[in-house]
Amino acid sequence: MAGLRTLLVLALALSAPALAQEPIKIGLVTALSGQSARAGEAITRGVAIAIDELNAKGGVLKGRKFELVRRDDEATPAKGVIAARELLFKEKVAVLFGGLDTPVSLAIVPIVNQEKIPFMGPWAAGTPITKNGANPNYVFRVSAVDEIVNRAMLQYAQKTFNAKNCGMILVNNPWGESNEKGLMAALGAKGLKPAGIEKFEMNDVDVVPHLTRLKAAGSDCLFLVGNVGPSAQVVKSLDRMGWKPPIVSHWGPAGGRFTELAGPSAKEVHFIQTYSFFGKQSPVGEKVLKALMAKYPDIKGPGDVTPAVGVANAYDAMMLTALAIENAGSTSGPAIREGYYKIAQYQGLIKNYAKPFTPDNHDAVNENDYVWTQFIDNQILPVGMKK
Amino acid sequence: MLITSALISGLGLGSMYGLLALGFYVTYAVSSTVNFAQGSSMMLGAVFAYTFAVTLGWPFWSAAMLALALCALYGVIVEWIAVRPFVRRGSNAWLMATVALGIVADNLVLFTFGKEPRGFVLPWATGSTQVLGVGVSPLQAVIPAIGLGLAAAMHLVSRRTRLGSALLAVVQNPDAARLVGINVPVAISAAFAVSTVFAGAAGILIAPLFNVHSDMGTVFGLKAFAVAILGGITSAWGVMLAGLLFGVVEALTTSLLGSAYTQIVTFSLVIVALAIAPNGIFGRAAVKKV
Repeated sequence: MAGLRTLLVLALALSAPALAQEPIKIGLVTALSGQSARAGEAITRGVAIAIDELNAKGGVLKGRKFELVRRDDEATPAKGVIAARELLFKEKVAVLFGGLDTPVSLAIVPIVNQEKIPFMGPWAAGTPITKNGANPNYVFRVSAVDEIVNRAMLQYAQKTFNAKNCGMILVNNPWGESNEKGLMAALGAKGLKPAGIEKFEMNDVDVVPHLTRLKAAGSDCLFLVGNVGPSAQVVKSLDRMGWKPPIVSHWGPAGGRFTELAGPSAKEVHFIQTYSFFGKQSPVGEKVLKALMAKYPDIKGPGDVTPAVGVANAYDAMMLTALAIENAGSTSGPAIREGYYKIAQYQGLIKNYAKPFTPDNHDAVNENDYVWTQFIDNQILPVGMKK
Repeated sequence: MLITSALISGLGLGSMYGLLALGFYVTYAVSSTVNFAQGSSMMLGAVFAYTFAVTLGWPFWSAAMLALALCALYGVIVEWIAVRPFVRRGSNAWLMATVALGIVADNLVLFTFGKEPRGFVLPWATGSTQVLGVGVSPLQAVIPAIGLGLAAAMHLVSRRTRLGSALLAVVQNPDAARLVGINVPVAISAAFAVSTVFAGAAGILIAPLFNVHSDMGTVFGLKAFAVAILGGITSAWGVMLAGLLFGVVEALTTSLLGSAYTQIVTFSLVIVALAIAPNGIFGRAAVKKV
């Protein structure tokens, strides 16, 4: 009997460190193939660099290391939901990271809220992702948010270009519509109205008639919302018209070969980003860039970290998630959710986060954290910075 | 200025619609069938020309000529695979078969060319000059000229040459045409080749103003079919003029009423025009002698 008891104690003693070493799985559902594959890869790299750094320091919860489990959503909500379910129920991830497509994230949000597993958005900017009406809400984000971007666009147009009468040129889809609402709200808050609102189709060859109306209405600047192709059509049409108003844009142009598509005037478009690896970097920026260059042979300098927002948002999101898990003291979903609220301060890549999440605010990045950028040749540089 | 700008913009786009619609006219005139996926033929012209001129770095003109030759080959393939087998059995399934072949072509390009839109820059086509206070790019002047030139050539060939007479004979009475020594299947294949060459030319011309991607032709193809019907599919001049009219109405509606009304107004006008003139504005009713 005594022998048995000794064996049991021995077995428990041996299994305790084994339990402590069990990795904490972090799920990632994003586009890993197709047009948005580069964006999915950027998110992966940001999370991976953060995980390497955390694991090198011994992980969290007294020695538990992190492990990343990825699934491809092919930029479609249905595939995203299947992948999310697999990661939640089969892989039993502690936190689920999302990708760049707002519709995919919106489809996953009800599931994570029901299952009480925290969801972290490192890219998709749709306002209702975090403001989803659920109570308790398990969705957090370290990225731009449409309605905040719209306020920042107005602020930038007024401050940089002294604009008084901006016109909107928006792609005719739900993204354009959500930005129309956001821009109207931002203008309304300052007692302003747009010079005009024009919507154009993704496949419009000539946007001159739309822009001519905005010009005739006295627009002294343009708010542009569109993916890379449609944004390029606006720039080419402006070139043909010989009209050069300041163009303040959402981050659509960042998603592809904008300079090739829009021509030399691509540089006239000022668009929003959350981070740039160009210019003088903070110690965190230097550390992350060094780690990226060491881990990925194709990264030889800041110009190769593309899209930079994916890497930067994902890196900070993972670091904040590690802090939340440490604060939680366990990997239970409700405890991690509370853990996010308990983060007091963290010196990150994008900024120094002070109380980044509260029950009323699940978005860690706001209008003061955005960087205004432009394409110089094929690289996204902060406005005014020469290569 | 609003009107001038709309007119210039509309004439450019309208010629594109007209060129694509001419393709519908050519095959319909000869075989009473059309390639419903004209938009895909247009896309292929742009993709081939981009690949030769930009990816492989060939001179533009040789790239364009080879692209058009490949478009002609594609037209022949469309006729062989998606039209002839069905017509031979008296079936109208070529309607769906041509659409299906277009979707296959679009997706093959998606896999090989990629999903990212690409910019086709032609140094001579960029920049703009002021005409009546409105900026016009050289290409916007070239496109209507080429469109009208091709329509005129089409008209002359069909009315003034033996080849044209042979093609007209094929449509009027294929059996009689065969009896007088006209190779009817070759004539029909040739018509499909000409049709896709027109579409390919439209694709190459529009590419520098637009961007090159696998589904760039979808909306164009749809509008061009509306134009072909509006013009009266039996008249080369008719479809070209209807194309210009459609383009100008589209641009004027956007300029005067706003872009929200463009599709509503243009397609409503197509319905009204067809209600008034069921055979199209410039078309003639087909007379069937029994």
